Amino acid sequence: MKRNILALMTGALLLGVSSMAAVAKDKTIAVSWKTFQEERWKTDEAAIKAVVEAAGDKYISTDAQGSAQKQAADIEGLISQKVDVIMVVAFDSDAILPSFKAASDAGVKMLSYDVLVEDPNALYVTFDNVGVGRLMAKEILAAKPEGNYAFIKGDKGDPNATFLFEGIMEVLKEAMDGGKIKNVCETFTDGWKPDNAQKNMEQCLTSTGNKVDAVVSENDGMASGVVAALDAQGLAGTVPVSGQDGDKAALNRVALGTQTVSVWKDARALGKIAAEAAVAIANGTDPTTLAGASKFNGGAKKIEVNAILLAPNPITKANLGDVISAGWISKEEACAGVKDGVDACK
Amino acid sequence: MSNTPSSQSPALSQESAIARFLRATEIDTRMLGMIAALLVIWVGFDIYSGVLRPGNGIFGGSFLMPRNLWILLVQTSTIAVMTTGMVLVIVMRQIDLSVGSMLSMVAVATGVLQVYNLGPALGLGHPSIWITAVVFALLLGAAVGCFNGFLIAYAKIPSFIVTLGGLIAYGGTAFLIAKGVTVAPMDKTFKLIGGNGPLASIGPFWSWFLGLSACAGIVLAILNGRRQRIRFKFPLRPVWAEVFIGITGSIAALGATAVVNAYPWPHKVAELYALENNIVIPAGIENRDGSAICMAADKIVHCVDGLSYQTGFPIPVLIALAVGFVMTFIATRTRFGRYIFATGGNPEAAELAGINTKRLTMMVFTLMGALVGISSVIASARLDAATTALGTLSELYVIAAAVIGGTSLAGGIGTIYGAMLGALLMQSLQSGMTLLNFESAYKDIVVGTVLVVAVFIDQVYRRRVK
Repeated sequence: MKRNILALMTGALLLGVSSMAAVAKDKTIAVSWKTFQEERWKTDEAAIKAVVEAAGDKYISTDAQGSAQKQAADIEGLISQKVDVIMVVAFDSDAILPSFKAASDAGVKMLSYDVLVEDPNALYVTFDNVGVGRLMAKEILAAKPEGNYAFIKGDKGDPNATFLFEGIMEVLKEAMDGGKIKNVCETFTDGWKPDNAQKNMEQCLTSTGNKVDAVVSENDGMASGVVAALDAQGLAGTVPVSGQDGDKAALNRVALGTQTVSVWKDARALGKIAAEAAVAIANGTDPTTLAGASKFNGGAKKIEVNAILLAPNPITKANLGDVISAGWISKEEACAGVKDGVDACK
Repeated sequence: MSNTPSSQSPALSQESAIARFLRATEIDTRMLGMIAALLVIWVGFDIYSGVLRPGNGIFGGSFLMPRNLWILLVQTSTIAVMTTGMVLVIVMRQIDLSVGSMLSMVAVATGVLQVYNLGPALGLGHPSIWITAVVFALLLGAAVGCFNGFLIAYAKIPSFIVTLGGLIAYGGTAFLIAKGVTVAPMDKTFKLIGGNGPLASIGPFWSWFLGLSACAGIVLAILNGRRQRIRFKFPLRPVWAEVFIGITGSIAALGATAVVNAYPWPHKVAELYALENNIVIPAGIENRDGSAICMAADKIVHCVDGLSYQTGFPIPVLIALAVGFVMTFIATRTRFGRYIFATGGNPEAAELAGINTKRLTMMVFTLMGALVGISSVIASARLDAATTALGTLSELYVIAAAVIGGTSLAGGIGTIYGAMLGALLMQSLQSGMTLLNFESAYKDIVVGTVLVVAVFIDQVYRRRVK
């Protein structure tokens, strides 16, 4: 009860403050991270912090340490600190909904970052995940327009594995219906683990007698297992393999020619766009007028939210230079062991 | 029955032919049961896979093909190596839940050492890189195991807690070492330990050499055993039983050799090898199912009679076999091994008898750690990359293999070969179901059920034997 009163009071206060928003600077942008155990969020944070501080605003953050309860408490704390915008990387996108509502009620602008929270008042900023699947399939289809395809999918419990597959199938459907492409193996990979992907690929090659012409692997880690299995049969480099994440080892494989494409989602670009959006909505800009804004209703509950969906970047031999010039990977790392024929390595 | 000596008890004279056979040969019936289960699984998978997609297997499927059995052995080797240590840990009435995380940590640390440190410093492919990496992995594994053992033995923290802590903490450490990045590619020579590529197997000559050596070893062991029994005036096995064991053992060794040799190098691998070494590819007639390569109108094609290489035993399998051999020796022939079983059977009595159980505990965990080091080398060499995800959950498979193999969680009972067979059995189930394109949820259900059923059968069996 006491908390509710506090929330109401801060809400009233914030409403008072936000009426002067257009003139006042020094907004506070808060980020509630789901966990800081994963390296990538540090990359995002650096990008967000840079934009926020350049705009003369203040950046604060909380770490939910992989707990839905802690994240709810974190957001409550941020509301009472009267921040202007909270960006949330949700640990549990359903459990966090009441916190989103409480924040909106208190006048705090909400933004769901990378992980969808189906609150119509929150702006959703992410990479287009179905798009990642489409991009993978497009690159593999370009490399091998017909033949036997193997699909190494991610963990069965992760909705992303299914989103990706939807995108992949969207692109391949026509060729599959026309009989040009045959699905010879399709397996989920427990825990997205590379060694499981390797075993799955070995079994696929055994059961088909090596008659596999292309492999769509849903990420780079699994692609490493797939390439190891192909390599054991002397097929690495002749069978196109996809992946995503821009793993350093995968980009090296792209340079070596054993992997065709790694769809790269530049965390810094995502952080930058999200932070810019946060600064803009803190200053009262309507989210629907932001650059790249669209509507998104692909979540489990089909609720329509405002969204900014970034297009991921498929990295192939041809544009490997992009990741090097962006400073994501050094030329030495990307080109280790590459003999010739790759422009980016010259 | 007429020639049964009258001095034997009536119960013995009434036993069936099978029981008499088992008693005379002194064969472990549990092992027989496991081998039978393994054969049923293999044949079942071969028939079932043949229904879905006809292959070259014995029963028309794709399971009982040399290629699949060869891969199956390679896939089993990491778990098989670790489970030999887990047997001793469980026999000591302890448990090690940290082996999976430890494997990730050691693999990632070794990967970072060879890819980021040794590679640039010595130049890629320098021959000392792989040796340094292997020694480093072994020592790091042993050190971490020793640390676990110290906490358990001297700080008196239950092994369940110490290694549960390790499971969580070592996973975090593995992440920190490489900041979650996949470390690849491994050194060229180091990679051979994982069984990748044509040079990672020893070829037909050395495989036959090994197979025949194994036969010789079996014969020598039988003769030696017989001599020892005479020396200590123990009852002898009947000669026919000795001969039977010798022949069966030799057939198994030679059969395994024949199977691994029957797996030819993949076409592309043979092709690349021939081109690189300027080997002439003979002319021939195209046959898509042929295992050899030929030249037909300036094109390299698959054919029946042509250039073909036999693979033979892969290095990781040889490592696993060697580990199994050494660990069996340690467990059954050394004082250290006997102390372990004595302590597991009755810790108080063992301590009163003067065994330093604390030191023994620490040593067993150190040994476990060193075996994790070996497994981490095989696993990362096989994947040609070291990642944090590499070992996750493997502790469960290692423990399950030991338990399916007849290791009693109550302590004091367990065999190395049983656990290794257990590992093979579980991997057979998993590989077979993958081959059949089973959904992974069903795979998990089957493997879990088999674990429980195996232990249940074991319990019933033990009660009946008593």
